[in-house]
Amino acid sequence: MPFNTIDQFVKKNVLAVQDFAILSLRSATNLFRRPLYVSDILIQADLIGFGSLPIVILTGFFTGGVLALQSASALSQFGATGITGQLVSLSMIKELGPVLTSLMVSGRNASGMASELGSMQVTEQIDAMRALGTDPTKKLVTPRLYATIIMSFFLTIISDGIGIAGGAFVAIFMLGQDGSQYFHTAYQVLRFPDVLQGLVKPLFFGTIIATVGCYFGMTTRGGTQGVGRSTTQAVVVASVLIIAIDFVISRFMIGIFGR
Amino acid sequence: MSITTPTAPTIDEAAPQPDPNAPVITFDHVSIGFEGKKVLEDISFTVSRGETLIILGPAGGGKSVLMKLCDGLLQPDSGNITVFGREISHLKEEELYSARAHIGMVFQESALFDSLTVRDNVAYRLIEEHLPDEEVDRRVREALRFVELEDKIDMFPSELSGGMRRRVSIARAIISGPDLLLYDSPTAGLDPITSTTIVELIIKQRDVGHNTALLITHRLQDAFTLVSHRYNEQTKAMEPLPDGELDQNTRFIMLNEGHIVFEGTTLEFILSNDPFIRDYLS
Repeated sequence: MPFNTIDQFVKKNVLAVQDFAILSLRSATNLFRRPLYVSDILIQADLIGFGSLPIVILTGFFTGGVLALQSASALSQFGATGITGQLVSLSMIKELGPVLTSLMVSGRNASGMASELGSMQVTEQIDAMRALGTDPTKKLVTPRLYATIIMSFFLTIISDGIGIAGGAFVAIFMLGQDGSQYFHTAYQVLRFPDVLQGLVKPLFFGTIIATVGCYFGMTTRGGTQGVGRSTTQAVVVASVLIIAIDFVISRFMIGIFGR
Repeated sequence: MSITTPTAPTIDEAAPQPDPNAPVITFDHVSIGFEGKKVLEDISFTVSRGETLIILGPAGGGKSVLMKLCDGLLQPDSGNITVFGREISHLKEEELYSARAHIGMVFQESALFDSLTVRDNVAYRLIEEHLPDEEVDRRVREALRFVELEDKIDMFPSELSGGMRRRVSIARAIISGPDLLLYDSPTAGLDPITSTTIVELIIKQRDVGHNTALLITHRLQDAFTLVSHRYNEQTKAMEPLPDGELDQNTRFIMLNEGHIVFEGTTLEFILSNDPFIRDYLS
């Protein structure tokens, strides 16, 4: 690769990161500037939150179920199948609930945001909005950002609960374990840092989903082909960032709380 | 009927009040480029109050970019742009929103919000200003009556033809009674009959509303219709100016490869000996 091409590649990516940071910061701080589009936040919360509920419930249930199956299979070698509930509960609440929920929400909503805003961008609707005196980041990005953060939080809690219930279903009806023991161990093992870790993660993941989806949408170029490209990029970047940030948050929380 | 109701209070009160005798638009040595390629270079011109400036030129000559510079949608790399006496080329985006309160823009492909009805598209600015629903409805109907689309008020843009979308876009631009109208190729991609309808609307708005306007067009016949016709309020129709007169408030600019190659009146344009213009006219 010639030097000037590398130079341009680096410059382009540094500028993209700068633009992403500016868009994220502006859309976050717009909450404190008038006008605040409360009805748009509620509409987005409905679309993102309620709309994602079926996939989150299904994902949570089967993840909990498969966790119970695999855990019981491994634990049976040590005669410790009684702690299946502990494993399912800890795994769901600390890791799988937040991460899988966010990946599902990302697949559904980061792509939706990128394609919707991307279509608006290539058909000059964003420019028309600016020409009509409306700030597109306030009207389009800020509602999506806060709706995604709030709904990711609640969807994760639902996913955690459904996952533990899915694990219980498998443990009780397929593996013949005692239901009372399953729920008792699942509850007893949880400590404050575990719950905190599980509830902090979706706040970061929600931010990633909305800002990445909106950034790729707002910077779409190149007609319908560009919209398709933005949509794919938004899902890929959001998914990779979710997993990477999950590692960073986990390391940070374990560093602080020791578990 | 014209739409001349003044805009409700979005104008920045701290902004300096425009001088009524000053040019509405002044471009002073403006240049802009994208990805290292100059699109407009050293562009200077003025547009006076009540004047219509027709911008001609081949595709890719920077006409739409020039239009977006007027509305502050793009910022120049160098030079100054003054609109209503206010220097807009270095304003922050938040400050530009108040500057745009005086400006209505018709985009090349209409740029209607496809998820909103015709009513909500036309009313967009009024809804953002939180005007009462009754007033919004009254003014939307008035604007749609002006473009003869009142019966399409509850339809979505996807249900309209290209010409109707362009007319809705004009209604959206004029609903707040702007002093300056920017038409970016309002007849592009339309059949000749629909184009004439759009040009008639522009003439009607010019002659009844007495706005200042910038208009990009690829169609010479549209430009010549604009300078050779007027709107008759009695007959409510467009008619040729008497004795072959030409509208004195209309001027031409021709852009080619980012430079102004001609600026002047209709007669000067028609009689120009510049080979490029002769070639364009033929």
